[in-house]
Amino acid sequence: MRAAANCGRGGNSLSGVILSAPAVFLLFLFLIVPILGTIYFSFFTYQVMRPDNILFNGFRNYQKLFRDRNFWAALRNSVYFTLLVVPFQCALALGLALLVHSRRRGVSIFRTMYFSPQLTSMVVIAILWVILYNSNASTGLINALLQHFHIGPIDFLNDPKTAMNSIIFMSAWQGAGYQMMIFLAGLNGIPAEQYEAASADGANRLEQFWYITLPGLKNTIKYVFMITLIQAMKLFTQPYIMTKGGPQNRTKTLVYFIYEQGFQKGNFGYACSVAAIFFLIVVTMSLLVKKLTRTN
Amino acid sequence: MKSKKNHKRLRDLGFYLGNSLIGLVFVSPLLWMVAASFKPELAIFSNINSIRTFIPEHFSLANYIEVFRRLNIPQILGNTFSYIAIVLLGDLLFGSMCGYALAKLDFRGRGPILTLVIALMSMPVEAILLPLYIEVSRFGLGNTLPGLALPFMMNCFSIYMFYSYFLDIPDELIEAARIDGCGEIRCYFRIVLPLAKTVLATVFILDFVARWNDFMWPFLITTGEDKRTVQLAIQTFFGTQPIHYGSIMAALTLASVPMLLIYIFMQKYYVEGIASTGIKG
Repeated sequence: MRAAANCGRGGNSLSGVILSAPAVFLLFLFLIVPILGTIYFSFFTYQVMRPDNILFNGFRNYQKLFRDRNFWAALRNSVYFTLLVVPFQCALALGLALLVHSRRRGVSIFRTMYFSPQLTSMVVIAILWVILYNSNASTGLINALLQHFHIGPIDFLNDPKTAMNSIIFMSAWQGAGYQMMIFLAGLNGIPAEQYEAASADGANRLEQFWYITLPGLKNTIKYVFMITLIQAMKLFTQPYIMTKGGPQNRTKTLVYFIYEQGFQKGNFGYACSVAAIFFLIVVTMSLLVKKLTRTN
Repeated sequence: MKSKKNHKRLRDLGFYLGNSLIGLVFVSPLLWMVAASFKPELAIFSNINSIRTFIPEHFSLANYIEVFRRLNIPQILGNTFSYIAIVLLGDLLFGSMCGYALAKLDFRGRGPILTLVIALMSMPVEAILLPLYIEVSRFGLGNTLPGLALPFMMNCFSIYMFYSYFLDIPDELIEAARIDGCGEIRCYFRIVLPLAKTVLATVFILDFVARWNDFMWPFLITTGEDKRTVQLAIQTFFGTQPIHYGSIMAALTLASVPMLLIYIFMQKYYVEGIASTGIKG
């Protein structure tokens, strides 16, 4: 295995070290050191206001964490967001990809339309949607539209029942175009002969989708699912800009909680223990998805 | 025969009609943003429940003038592009060097480095922001451009992109250069790097987009107004009195222009870049 991997690789040892040294140095300084830092400080009482008084406290931070209702609420919010946005956004992206997987004239216009929310940043989108989501039907575009159907007005971002769902809808709308592009590449990788053969065998479109498209996209689906999952667990920008974690802490996610504890309240050691748990959850989730999709 | 032709026509119609309707859901918020940015403040919400809200009837540039008056646009753009330039320099130069060494050279530590790069590829940066913040501040780089950019100069994903690209380059090509007496490092710059144009373009765009959009790190590390990036500037502008929705929309529209240009001029590399991450992953 090792010999095979080295087959054909040459050059002297020194130039390899020289070429990789800058990258390794930077990775060590700004990735490895902070990772170790997160773990290290999670065992300390470390108030930002009192850097002279850093005390080792064993597992005290973690004990506090497991009894902290705000931590569990933040975890619940992050998991809720992830469980809803991942299937919704992935299915939406796949649907859009199927819609524009065509050679008809002008199809690139539709691709660009679906991709357009990606052409601006999440900060821009979040600010724009705060205004679109306005609860007043005379200033909020969405409520003005719903009024035509005699719905609402809905106080999207200030009602604890709808705040997170509103962020979920906006995030999927913004992100689906990106995953659509990945799905399109996957669809292009499925040989046309397979569809022709199935069509000759009398398979209808639904059967073709089920027996050719889905199996052909297996790896793409796995990949898209994974990146969407990790991205969803990192949710911060949208609630920070749109709701400041409210109403009633319903949109305060794990990363928001880390920010609040570490940077707003200055409980640095405690925030590091939350960050360590956050990292553990993300790794566990992605390993779990990898394992589950492998057995299928 | 005729019914088959009709059937095709019907399906074409469905294609164009369906895509247009769904496409509208995706573009209409953005169209409204652009339209509002050209309206006088009082006209923005005046006909919100009619389709005419998407047309700036009394076209005005006052909102843009206000944005340029209230924000130091050259400074904000300068900060953002310097930040992105430093990150790109590290990622394109050092990342490709490292990717090449890992793919084509044998040296001590190659195995562990490769394992580390792959293991840390999907590491969520949010988990290390606190110690990173302390570290950068201890170096005396808090609220500075180097402090903003240095931590993102290198990322494992780019190294992996270069690594997997160089793996596919035939060894004979490099061997030939070696026999010609080309030193390993000169050989990298003269032979290998010119071959890597597509992957360089891909990493360039993926990095540019990621850094352009980044909010959390600039938000944490820059405390002063003079070091703000575009995303930070519009976020603070949104919360600063006087709140004029027209000028907010103008700021949002302006902040979308660079990405739009990237998409127009480098669409091929951008879209292929996104797609290639899926194939590699």
